[in-house]
Amino acid sequence: MKLQPVIGLEIHVELKTKTGMFCGCSADHFGKAPNTNTCPVCLGLPGALPVPNHQAIDWAIMIGLALDCRVNLESSFDRKHYFYPDLPKGYQISQYDDPFCQAGKLSLASGKIIRINRVHLEEDTAKMQHQVIDGQKMTLVDFNRSGVPLVEIVTEPDIASGEEAKEFLKKLRDIIRSLGVSDCDMEKGSMRLEPNISWSESPEKLNNYKVEIKNLNSFRFAQQGIDFELKRQKELLDQGKTPVQETRGYNPQKRATFSQRVKETSADYRYFPDPDIPPIVLTREYVENLRTKLPQLPEALANEMVNKFHLSLSTAQLLSKDQLKLAYFNQYKNQVEPLELANLIVNKKIDLDQPPPAKAASRAVDPNIIDQVLKENADAVAKYRTGKTSVIGFLVGQVMRLTGGKVDPKQVQDKLLKALQVRNLQG
Amino acid sequence: MRLNQLTVIEARAGLKAKKFSVVELATACLVQIKAVDKKLHAFLTLNDRILDQAKKLDQSGDDGRPLWGIPFAIKDNFLTEGLRTTASAKVLDNFVPQYSATVYKKLIEAGALCLGKTNMDAWAHGSSTETSDYGSTLNPWNTKYLPGGSSGGSAAAVAADMCLFGIGSETAGSVRQPAAWCGVTGFKPTYGRVSRYGVVAMASSTDSPGPLTKTVADAALITKIIAGHDVYDATTSPRPVEINPNSLQGENLKGKIIALPKEYLIGEASGLILEAVKVFESAGAQVKPVTLMDPQFTIAVYTIIQRCEVSSNLARYDGIRFGHDRSSFSYEAKNRSLLGAFSLSTGYFDQYYKKAQQVRTMIIDEFDRLFKQFDFYLAPISPGPALPLGASKTSAMFGELQDVLVEPSSIAGLTGLSVPCGIISGLPIGLQITGAQFDEQKILQVGHWYQQQTKWHLEKPKL
Repeated sequence: MKLQPVIGLEIHVELKTKTGMFCGCSADHFGKAPNTNTCPVCLGLPGALPVPNHQAIDWAIMIGLALDCRVNLESSFDRKHYFYPDLPKGYQISQYDDPFCQAGKLSLASGKIIRINRVHLEEDTAKMQHQVIDGQKMTLVDFNRSGVPLVEIVTEPDIASGEEAKEFLKKLRDIIRSLGVSDCDMEKGSMRLEPNISWSESPEKLNNYKVEIKNLNSFRFAQQGIDFELKRQKELLDQGKTPVQETRGYNPQKRATFSQRVKETSADYRYFPDPDIPPIVLTREYVENLRTKLPQLPEALANEMVNKFHLSLSTAQLLSKDQLKLAYFNQYKNQVEPLELANLIVNKKIDLDQPPPAKAASRAVDPNIIDQVLKENADAVAKYRTGKTSVIGFLVGQVMRLTGGKVDPKQVQDKLLKALQVRNLQG
Repeated sequence: MRLNQLTVIEARAGLKAKKFSVVELATACLVQIKAVDKKLHAFLTLNDRILDQAKKLDQSGDDGRPLWGIPFAIKDNFLTEGLRTTASAKVLDNFVPQYSATVYKKLIEAGALCLGKTNMDAWAHGSSTETSDYGSTLNPWNTKYLPGGSSGGSAAAVAADMCLFGIGSETAGSVRQPAAWCGVTGFKPTYGRVSRYGVVAMASSTDSPGPLTKTVADAALITKIIAGHDVYDATTSPRPVEINPNSLQGENLKGKIIALPKEYLIGEASGLILEAVKVFESAGAQVKPVTLMDPQFTIAVYTIIQRCEVSSNLARYDGIRFGHDRSSFSYEAKNRSLLGAFSLSTGYFDQYYKKAQQVRTMIIDEFDRLFKQFDFYLAPISPGPALPLGASKTSAMFGELQDVLVEPSSIAGLTGLSVPCGIISGLPIGLQITGAQFDEQKILQVGHWYQQQTKWHLEKPKL
């Protein structure tokens, strides 16, 4: 029996709606003073009731549509029960039997298809902070994040390596960002990854164990963590042992995973339809209308830019997945030659809060020419150093002559002054 | 007649005509509470600012709001900002809410004055008020008997004229059954007609707030105020409220077709129900016996669904953010949580919860068919009058058995009234008038008509 790496991903993405999943609190919780963004609903006070946020439902469905999913016209919210201090109601409102979207796919550059099992909507939990206060170990709970809309995307176990996982995740992030529904910022926790890893006969015939890695806060760590875990498990299997079914953390310094929690039995969440929320019934027209709101997805857009504007594929890809850069490009592509504009944005990293520099200024000054002029005019440089700063005009003129006047004299002067200062220090 | 004995409509007329002040009216209620509540134990917490609030109303003058100056009592599972709310559970012994239930807010906005919070079965788990963590309320008609429940405190407070009206909530009979046992009017609006926001949840899919009053006309007035869509409760209906308390008159029963479910005519109450039926027939209504699903089956459906929802709804009471921890839960709450958690667990969900929901759909369908042919149905609220103290302690299914005749209507989310229709051994009996969803106006008109023909609702306990 030959075993192969079998990896499935669970990805959580916080939506950037104005308000919470089931209440009117701001969904923008990051960096706010603890417990300043709460209400009876997200604190789970007695008598409080959830009212679903329709913007969040629309956005979850748009993510599903972008991933080629089937949209269920009838879906419901369910209660998922477990006890944890960050879960004020004792249950999380999530989706179980009837999620909004199922059975999608996303293809990798190699042409390999990663199947999407489901895309569903739930509420985020509060945040726990472990602190020492007056010498006592304490756990504090900040409910600002409680009830923020969270989309869960679950793949089939079709991924075979850390590299594939990383490619999939990047692509997924770019798609979700292009929809404008989430920042997918791993550092701020608005995108969270949990790979499930095993060596199995096939994605259809899974082994009798699996290992989940938590707390991976970058794509690179995800790749490294998965690869480490595959190696660790392989070694055990080669010795005739079965890896323990558990949740492991990742230590980036050691580039290794470590055991966090052994799951001996699977939790019984006692799901049942939330009686506080009537089933969500959608019409075909409603879903099709959402489909028309989908922007062109990054991959298709990049290809189009290569054909239309003759951008390099890498430049087009960089532009197509960055909403700010893309908006800037679209705003000015009729005023500045698109190839040049793309180059300014991607390679020169110009300030996107300012309009593109004027046409003459848009040509960069070659640092080699600056060097050449300084070398060839050593006497002028010497005069400058003795305080005759007016010779700078002469030097600018020399550069302008060499470049055929195609550069901005102001920029040339700045560059010359900078170079002269450096030389001063060195001298 | 003392002021506390007035109906809401009478008191409003008196206030408008300046026959008495709000302070006088509120004082009459407080005097009565002081006189009888030591004996009855209907109130858990009193609003100690009510006289100041009354004085303020007197100073600013009658502004015509529909409940301006009317003192009421409210069940302790309705959150009242700044006023302790326990749901009769020790877990919430020290809980002072930061916000108010929509129903309470609407009443206060309509000018009403809250006298205090009334006793109930802890978490509304029961039909006796005997399972309150603060001790039972007693029946004003005979203090050796139970008031019914879970809204027993509000029912007793209305029956004993400690307030002008009371607010209760029912999951299956918790307004109508104590109304019947205490000899007052109890009204259960359609599920989703009145907001549950700010009501400590029992079984979310059937919880329905409703009024306990001295007359049907008062019940119509109160329901009109508390009903309607609430942006904070996704299960409230967006339908406009079609209750008009000013057009209850003029109902004549001629040509009405009334169902009398044979399976519901059980117990010693049925004789008085048949007497009431004669009143309807003599007015020209056709009363036809019908066969419905045996309400016994509803007990199973209701018990499973309710226990499941209870186990989930009680999960938040962990003592971390408010209240006391789980060691304060009393027997009934633990029992129901365990049963619910069991019924929802893997391997049992299909067998219990799912099957119960399927039978629930059958019950709903059966009523849909019934109301295509009939205007409403008549039945007893409870098989007999109030039971003696201690009765709930000898029967694990006490509540379900006492509420067996109203559970089908609760499971189907119907609207229904309980009106006094006679007395057996000094204890009142309630007649059930139940109609299709959102038929509130029709049921209230019929109930009002019945109270024009009979005097049972005017009978008062001797305290």
